[in-house]
Amino acid sequence: MKTVSLDGAVVPFAEGQTVMECALAANISIPHLCFLPGFLPHGSCRLCTVKIDGRLASACTQPAMAGQHVEIDTEELRQVRLSLLRMLFVEGNHYCPACEKSGSCRLQKAAYDEGMLDLHYRPWYPKRKMDASHPDVLIDRDRCIFCELCVKASRDVDGKNIFGISGRGIDTHLVVNSKSGLLADTDISAQDRAVEVCPVGAILVKGRGFEIPIGKRLYD
Amino acid sequence: MTRIVIDPLSRVEGHGKVTLLLDAENRVAEARLHIVEFRGFEKFIQGRPYWEVPVLVERLCGICPVSHHLAAAKAIDRIMGVEKLTPTAEKLRRLLHFGQVLQSHALHFFHLASPDLLFGFDSETAQRNIAGLLKGYPDLALQGVKLRKYGQEVIRMIMGKRIHGTAAIAGGMNKALSIGERDSLLGNIDEIISWADASVDLARDVFLSTPGYRNFAKVSSPFLSLSGKCGEHELYDGHLRCRNAGGDFVFDEIADSGYAGLIREEVKSWSYMKFPYLVMLGKEAGWYRVGPLARINNCDLISSPMAEARRREFADDGWPVHAPLAYHWARMIELLHCAEKIRELLQDADITGGDLRVETAMGREGVGVIEAPRGTLIHHYRVDDQGLIEMANLIVSTTHNNRAMNEAVLQVAKRDIDGKKEITEGMLNRIEVAIRAFDPCLSCATHAVGKMPLQVEAVDAAGQVIWSVGK
Repeated sequence: MKTVSLDGAVVPFAEGQTVMECALAANISIPHLCFLPGFLPHGSCRLCTVKIDGRLASACTQPAMAGQHVEIDTEELRQVRLSLLRMLFVEGNHYCPACEKSGSCRLQKAAYDEGMLDLHYRPWYPKRKMDASHPDVLIDRDRCIFCELCVKASRDVDGKNIFGISGRGIDTHLVVNSKSGLLADTDISAQDRAVEVCPVGAILVKGRGFEIPIGKRLYD
Repeated sequence: MTRIVIDPLSRVEGHGKVTLLLDAENRVAEARLHIVEFRGFEKFIQGRPYWEVPVLVERLCGICPVSHHLAAAKAIDRIMGVEKLTPTAEKLRRLLHFGQVLQSHALHFFHLASPDLLFGFDSETAQRNIAGLLKGYPDLALQGVKLRKYGQEVIRMIMGKRIHGTAAIAGGMNKALSIGERDSLLGNIDEIISWADASVDLARDVFLSTPGYRNFAKVSSPFLSLSGKCGEHELYDGHLRCRNAGGDFVFDEIADSGYAGLIREEVKSWSYMKFPYLVMLGKEAGWYRVGPLARINNCDLISSPMAEARRREFADDGWPVHAPLAYHWARMIELLHCAEKIRELLQDADITGGDLRVETAMGREGVGVIEAPRGTLIHHYRVDDQGLIEMANLIVSTTHNNRAMNEAVLQVAKRDIDGKKEITEGMLNRIEVAIRAFDPCLSCATHAVGKMPLQVEAVDAAGQVIWSVGK
């Protein structure tokens, strides 16, 4: 059986598996945000950056190959992940104290896990429009990290193709596939996988915030 | 003219300063309390979804976040068409609020105010703080710390955190109180009540036995508060009641949603805190007071027996009581009331119920009024048809007392500083003592305990420093 070395642990893998899939199967943690089993990975957040035979690569897109030496939990990589997380925070408007996703947010959890204590970089304070036009679903673009999970879920699972990413740099933003550009003019439903899959507080079901008490949230 | 600045004020919640203007003979021409911090919550919550507001506005304060949380939740209930909660949800909210008022009152009396009262206004600065209290009165100080801790435990069990947790949602609460949590709180409630009772003795005795306390910084004013259906003391929900300085009603039984017809807010260029006044008494004469003194003076009874006996004793001393230092006595009566009500609620079978929420239906506007530890707290929101906040008006407790605190500062300045050649730290502390009596929460959670970065300078008309006093 073919194997890779993950921080020294010899782990078998199946043909076609990525380094991330191989690690998950062996119960070895590699921090990640935009990767979700069942969706085609595209390595956009880079949080799963590992060192494979001395070269940096995203674990979610890199195919596992026999004899690879993969470094995951090193100080160098921790600094890389910390920088990536800090950039994600300053490029959006993330105010955890009043965010209803707090405690169930993957970005917040990743920051806690990596020991992020400050922003380090100057915040960009981008101006992004909220879309509350739909009666049941709300988009708070301030919190979007452009993971594209909603794009894939809406297109590949819900079959509605409602979301896309547009713009460049600080102007990058989540767009809605309707004539008006508003969520109200789509057939989105609060039960859609595209809504449920958002790892942060960018796509929310209206009026449900803070229903889960502290202690019972996903990452408490 | 000479300008004296006390900046920052110490042992109050938040940032403020006092300026005194003296003429050529060192006569006090003007005394002002300035609030120098700007928060801007009313503006930046615009555009946020309504269900986020109770958690967002908690961040106004680290001492009374529960009060803001509940006032906002009550307003959101009304926006969502909820007039009545389930018995369990309402009792949980009341229990939460009693825990909040208990911990805040204990914090203020023991940590911030009692060093002045027990050591004296002119005592050593190094002694006048909680560390000094722990040294000079270790048993009392420890009781104060434990009283506060108990209130915070009530909060933690309901909100998940001692500060800035979550609990109230539109139409109810998000978590039931478990039997284990209830039993844990019941475990030492009798001891808490006994300490609270002793605290009333202490506050009363200090007030009655210390010469000059009755007339210290004395101002006379109307009193505003919530009141229950039978005129009883009420902290969570009731109608608006106001008595004039003589104790007669200015108004009573006014629905809290009608506050805007009773109160206007004036803006002054030298402070970030507005100056509310009663419309029917006018801008000049319409200033009033809120908080423990207002509530104890205003109510006809207190619904817990030990606190009611203490209220009668308080009223026997000449009702209505106007002395600012009587705030401490009134505050400790409320501390006792909170402890008694916590026991009563914990012994109520509904408190561990599971029916936490009622159905809601989207509306447009809601007012939530609550009696926060420092006084009447008003939250008023209007939402657009998408559920986003389009208007917010917050009148926080300390704001109501703005003019009264300025008047008290002026009284002390005229009595203790007017005409004096040199001004000592003790004289300046008297000004702070007057302000502290109101327990102002200047919308922040910072405290200056121990060495205070205070430097007071007297500057002549040419800008030359005549003398300076440092702490």
